[in-house]
Amino acid sequence: MYKLRSENVNVHYGDFHAIKDVSLDVEKNSVTAFIGPSGCGKSTFLRLYNRMNDYIEGFKKTGKIYFDDVEIYDSKIHIEGLRKKIGMVFQKPNPFPKSIYENVVYGLRIQGMKNKKMLDEVVENSLKRVALWDEVKDDLKKSAFALSGGQQQRLCIARTLAVEPSVLLMDEPTSALDPISTAKLEELIYELKQNFTIIIVTHNMQQAARISDKTAFFYLGELVELNDTKEIFTNPKKERTQNYITGRFG
Amino acid sequence: MTHLETELQQLKSELLTMWGLVASQMSKSLEALVNNDKELASEVVITEKRINSFELKIDRDCENIIALYNPVAVDLRFVLAVMKINTNIERIGDIARSTAKFVVKSTSSYDQYILEKTRLLEIYEEACDLVEDSRESFEKENPDIARKIFMRDELLDEINKGAPKVIAEIIRDNPANIEQCLDILSTIRRLERSGDQCKNIAEEIIFYIEAKVLKHLPKSQKRNS
Repeated sequence: MYKLRSENVNVHYGDFHAIKDVSLDVEKNSVTAFIGPSGCGKSTFLRLYNRMNDYIEGFKKTGKIYFDDVEIYDSKIHIEGLRKKIGMVFQKPNPFPKSIYENVVYGLRIQGMKNKKMLDEVVENSLKRVALWDEVKDDLKKSAFALSGGQQQRLCIARTLAVEPSVLLMDEPTSALDPISTAKLEELIYELKQNFTIIIVTHNMQQAARISDKTAFFYLGELVELNDTKEIFTNPKKERTQNYITGRFG
Repeated sequence: MTHLETELQQLKSELLTMWGLVASQMSKSLEALVNNDKELASEVVITEKRINSFELKIDRDCENIIALYNPVAVDLRFVLAVMKINTNIERIGDIARSTAKFVVKSTSSYDQYILEKTRLLEIYEEACDLVEDSRESFEKENPDIARKIFMRDELLDEINKGAPKVIAEIIRDNPANIEQCLDILSTIRRLERSGDQCKNIAEEIIFYIEAKVLKHLPKSQKRNS
């Protein structure tokens, strides 16, 4: 069953043709990795899913993108509501200048939730989901900036999870982290896929190989190959994919 | 050329050197057997140690490449194939040494009549050719040569299958030759086994080049897949 479907998507930034006729389906409760050299369009494509490109000057999209069979670029779509369902984690941890507790409940407070008991429950559950609860449960009032980079990134994921999305978009979420934090986050992604559909953009090919079920290779705005990760890394069908993953690119 | 490519080239070169040495061991052990040349046979026995060293070195290099470079796709298949081919070639080297040992300890030349009846020289030459051809297939990355090996191995199977009956007849006719007959039977069995090793190698070459797994398939499917 597909959580996200894309049909013949093209993206232009002014005259620049950033995404070229890409059709790509993402299965529910799976991890899909987008790989490719810088500027290949993988982040642009990821950001289409929660309409993060809408405000970029000159942005123009054609083609269809469906989330649970609803066209997300339909004029009736409420963008904030869409982003509640399709959360995003960025390259650099971006906690708010607030306490750990307030970071997690931020989205819920905006939605008007005031019930302290419910908020406490969400904080505990979200932090447990990202395996941060044991590390911070006695310091929930401490500033989020006091946490390590890896902890901050897990806090940002907890903040995203608190509003109960069903899709998580991750744009190079470990590129600013040390190997231990990276390993923890990879374990977390593996756990989270039981309940979420995850798409991750990564430059780390071994990471894509370790954590994803499917891998999509982008090059110059085209989707060159989408296949099971095991196939991509053992027997890619396209020569361009092979050249890229074996480091013989160009 | 990337650093990994340089390492893989070096690995290939090492394996080909070892392979050439094993091919030479096979032909020398055959020559020693035909001419009852004990000196040449002793050389084969001693050289086997070099092959063992090669095997260990290539195993270690494969391990290092996997650990340090995380090869994927064709590079990974290449390293995996090299590891298995390495083991198979080393075993063929053992077969050459075993034959040479028989020559070293034999008290007389092999009886020409027994050699002809058992087709020992025929199977030996074919086994040597298979080693050479599998090496060529790997060196030139040519899976067509590898595919032909599946067919050619049949001759080795046929000679091996017929050998016990022929040997039994010879022993019945002339029990004095029993020791030589048993040596020859044992050698034929080993050579048949070397054909199987070459088949395994051919499978690995096709796996590495075409990403196809041919293990345990019937011969007809192996040829055509």
